[in-house]
Amino acid sequence: MTDKIRVATASLCGCFGCHMSLLDIDERIIDLVQLVEFDRSPINDIKKVGDCDIGIIEGGVANAENVEVLLEFRKHCKVLVALGACAINGGIPAMRNSFELRECLEEAYIDGIGVANPQIPNDVEIPLLLNKVHPIHEVVKVDHFLPGCPPSGDTIWTFLTELIEGKPISFPYEQIHYD
Amino acid sequence: MNEVKTFRLDGVDIEFSEGDTIMDAALRAGAYIPHLCHNPEFTPHGSCRVCIVEVNGGQVSACTQPAAAGLEVDNASDAIVEERRNLLQMLFVEGNHMCPGCEKSGACQLQAVAYYTGMLSPHYTHFFPQRSVDASHPDTAIDFNRCILCELCVRASRDVDHKNVFSLRGRGIDTQLTINSPSGKLGDSTFAATDKAAHVCPVGAILPKHRGYEQPIGNRLYDRQPISVVGDVAAYEPGNKGDGHD
Amino acid sequence: MTHDEIIKTIIASSGTSPDVQRQQLLQYLCQIQHDLSHIPGHAITQLADLMQMPEAEIHGVIDFYSFLHKDARGEYDILLSDSITDHMLGSRTLLQQLCNRLGVEPGVPRSDGRVTVDTTSCTGLCDQGPAMLVNGTAVSRLSDSRIEQICALIEAGTGVSQWPAEFFEIEDNILRRDLLLSDETTAASPDGSALRALIASSSDALLDVIEQSGLRGRGGAGFRTGMKWRFCKQAESDSHYVVCNADEGEPGTFKDRVLLNSYADSVFEGMTLCAGIIGAQRGYLYLRGEYRYLLEPLQAVLQQRRDSGLLGQGILGKNGFDFDIEIHLGAGAYICGEESSLIESLEGKRGIPRKRPPFPVTLGYLNKPTVVNNVETFMAAAKIAALGADWYCAAGTPESSGTKVLSISGDCERPGIYEYPFGVTIKQVLEDCGATNTQAVQIAGAAGTTLPVADADRCIAFEDVSTAGSIMVFNNERNLLDMVQNFAHFFVHESCGFCTPCRVGGSLLKDLVEKLVNGHATQYDVAEMKQIGALMQGTSFCGLGTTAANPVLDLLNRFPQLVEEQLAHSGYEPAFDLDASLQEARDITGRDDAGAHIGSHT
Repeated sequence: MTDKIRVATASLCGCFGCHMSLLDIDERIIDLVQLVEFDRSPINDIKKVGDCDIGIIEGGVANAENVEVLLEFRKHCKVLVALGACAINGGIPAMRNSFELRECLEEAYIDGIGVANPQIPNDVEIPLLLNKVHPIHEVVKVDHFLPGCPPSGDTIWTFLTELIEGKPISFPYEQIHYD
Repeated sequence: MNEVKTFRLDGVDIEFSEGDTIMDAALRAGAYIPHLCHNPEFTPHGSCRVCIVEVNGGQVSACTQPAAAGLEVDNASDAIVEERRNLLQMLFVEGNHMCPGCEKSGACQLQAVAYYTGMLSPHYTHFFPQRSVDASHPDTAIDFNRCILCELCVRASRDVDHKNVFSLRGRGIDTQLTINSPSGKLGDSTFAATDKAAHVCPVGAILPKHRGYEQPIGNRLYDRQPISVVGDVAAYEPGNKGDGHD
Repeated sequence: MTHDEIIKTIIASSGTSPDVQRQQLLQYLCQIQHDLSHIPGHAITQLADLMQMPEAEIHGVIDFYSFLHKDARGEYDILLSDSITDHMLGSRTLLQQLCNRLGVEPGVPRSDGRVTVDTTSCTGLCDQGPAMLVNGTAVSRLSDSRIEQICALIEAGTGVSQWPAEFFEIEDNILRRDLLLSDETTAASPDGSALRALIASSSDALLDVIEQSGLRGRGGAGFRTGMKWRFCKQAESDSHYVVCNADEGEPGTFKDRVLLNSYADSVFEGMTLCAGIIGAQRGYLYLRGEYRYLLEPLQAVLQQRRDSGLLGQGILGKNGFDFDIEIHLGAGAYICGEESSLIESLEGKRGIPRKRPPFPVTLGYLNKPTVVNNVETFMAAAKIAALGADWYCAAGTPESSGTKVLSISGDCERPGIYEYPFGVTIKQVLEDCGATNTQAVQIAGAAGTTLPVADADRCIAFEDVSTAGSIMVFNNERNLLDMVQNFAHFFVHESCGFCTPCRVGGSLLKDLVEKLVNGHATQYDVAEMKQIGALMQGTSFCGLGTTAANPVLDLLNRFPQLVEEQLAHSGYEPAFDLDASLQEARDITGRDDAGAHIGSHT
């Protein structure tokens, strides 16, 4: 075991844009890996989260699997971070909340243009959808929020370095935006 | 000669005239008190409560409170800033504010005041209300998801345009903006894109059509400088007081 | 008459200019609702034409008031009082019984249009509940058998006027009389005596008497009545108004109903006295819609006073002493008990509070100087004018002179009206009304304060525990959470929606209270409730918002053990039921496997 800080990340109902933005810290990622070791993350394809110092969640909570992953993260991570608009308020996927779930599924699988063999999937392997998409703080306690769609690489860098150094976290004005 | 009367705002003397509110005097002096439902061109309203300040130990809204000599006004204590942030968070969870999908983003006063108060998340449980979008008018779209019930459009249409296109209906949490036309649609009303009411919305609820991404994200009004420096978005609308394009 | 004829008759009954008509809008709407059981679209169009106002604005007014409907209600429109004291007397079981027996869902008219069953905020019959309104008339003391009888009458199509008279018996239940309500006072101050005293001296002298009496507003806030009248008198204007606030909406308060039922003359006399002092020629009594059944008797009292020369032109023969009173109805909006909302409502609008300053004494009804006082205040003023300040000051405390009429309900043997000198201890009150095994007392209604019985040595007085009259008693068998939940719902229902903290904060608070009741709240949620409550108290626009969190905060601060027992002992619980939120998807896919559920394995 090393004494590096363990970080896990996951994308729930998001577009992976926030993860792309994490990579946008560019060459600073070399500095980062001096300090941290990645546990479960799409970056390394580890599937199960172990005990970590920091858990970073992109995306909102839209289905049963999202809930399961999120609860696992909360259980294993000392600090949980909501990364980006979807994790923070449901984001674009939450725009489906204006409709009944049935309407959404029927539009996609029954009435949509070009649908062949129309039927709503019901295979047990497919996670069931929640009736609404929720931000992650409506399911678990969240310690930090990084807004943005996505938050910029600079924002993520400011946050991680200050958190790791144990400083109070504060952002320059232009690093906080909701879009 | 009249003696110059002043009150103190965060330790700074602010001059005021008879009939001024705390907000009037502060704005004239170039001091920023966060606000949403207030627009200096209209009668003070006092509904959003974001301009709450502490005066002699009590809390009042700066936009409705008459200025008085010798007042000690606290506009920046941690407690006041936190209360404002909480009020903004309430407005965010009450509606459907999907900033990444909104053309007003970056030039939205709700966002800008939230940035100013350091809001990183809406914190509370979201209501996700079912609200509609009205695209029936040829020049202007209304997205009720984003309405914060400031009634500036109601006031502008009634007091300036003399058209009464907008009013409120419902009560309590069911209060909503409504359009006065036979079908309830904007396209069926007397509204015109040249109306004052088209240029006062502090959020992205009333938006001009056929204009998208004229300013790229990142270059918009509040992207680089806070609202305390830039001022209200309405002041940048052509024809409004303090036209930002001059 | 056809609908159109009814509407035309109603509209033709008053002024001609659109401005004057607009002030009557709410009254027209109340009348149309009463006659047609809803306000049809064509009535809205006609009203909009007549008043030259947008239809959307009329819709806005209709939406604002709970008793106004755009869709037809049942022929029998039943509203069960939903106050906590009604609940304690079994109203929820009776509601279920009524719905089952009639085959209706709450709020939805039966398909044959015969009946609607719904709930409404406190109807002011807490001492003789459970209560309901049928087509605006109150029925008290509901029971299984009374509900059965009512259902049979409805199914038989028997008109409400033909129902057994005992259904509609409303008792005064005055169980303790003091200065105001004693027989000696009534005998010593016959109708007109206050006005004779005014005419015999001068308005300045009488105003001095009111000030010397130390009388303070009985609506709860306790502003000095003499000072209010003086401010209004001093405000220069071509007209002044006197308004009596009979919008007694605070849950658990019913003393104004009794005063208007049995002492209306004194109330009107107090209003007329005020008019003589401040120079008003017109007054309004704003009567809550729940008390509509008092309208006709009150109008008869007004007519009698006109006939006796106590109202109208040249009152008691004094040249220039002209004053008359009109009764305006409310329509189910608690906020209209707030004086500036009441004024807006009197003007025919949505009852949204006004910003203050300016205060009504300088800019009130139609932006003219206006005195707004409670029913009991006017009555007390009339008696003081007749019998003197000393007579009044003999009772009470130095800060709170005179007496207070209390409405007592809940867990006690003798609920009803009790008049006490100010300064009486809560303990004394509890003893007198036969309350035993008491856990807590809710004083001043939903907006008031919850006192554990250990605090029963505190006094009813402006300087200690202030109340407009509501005292609700809860014994040790009761779960106070039921009360808090009832009040949290009440405030969400009654918030006008104008300001952010009350509109949104109130809803958030209600959801958190529900989470607590369901056993899912954690310490985190308790902290959230305290924070939201403090925000509402500190930043709301009017008194409704600043007091709406009181019951929740009192529960959290004064009954921590009750809260503790109710908490989930995890650090954090989701804001919604995770598994239930999959139900829709389960229904759509027909799945019920382990993966179609959340939580069974955690």
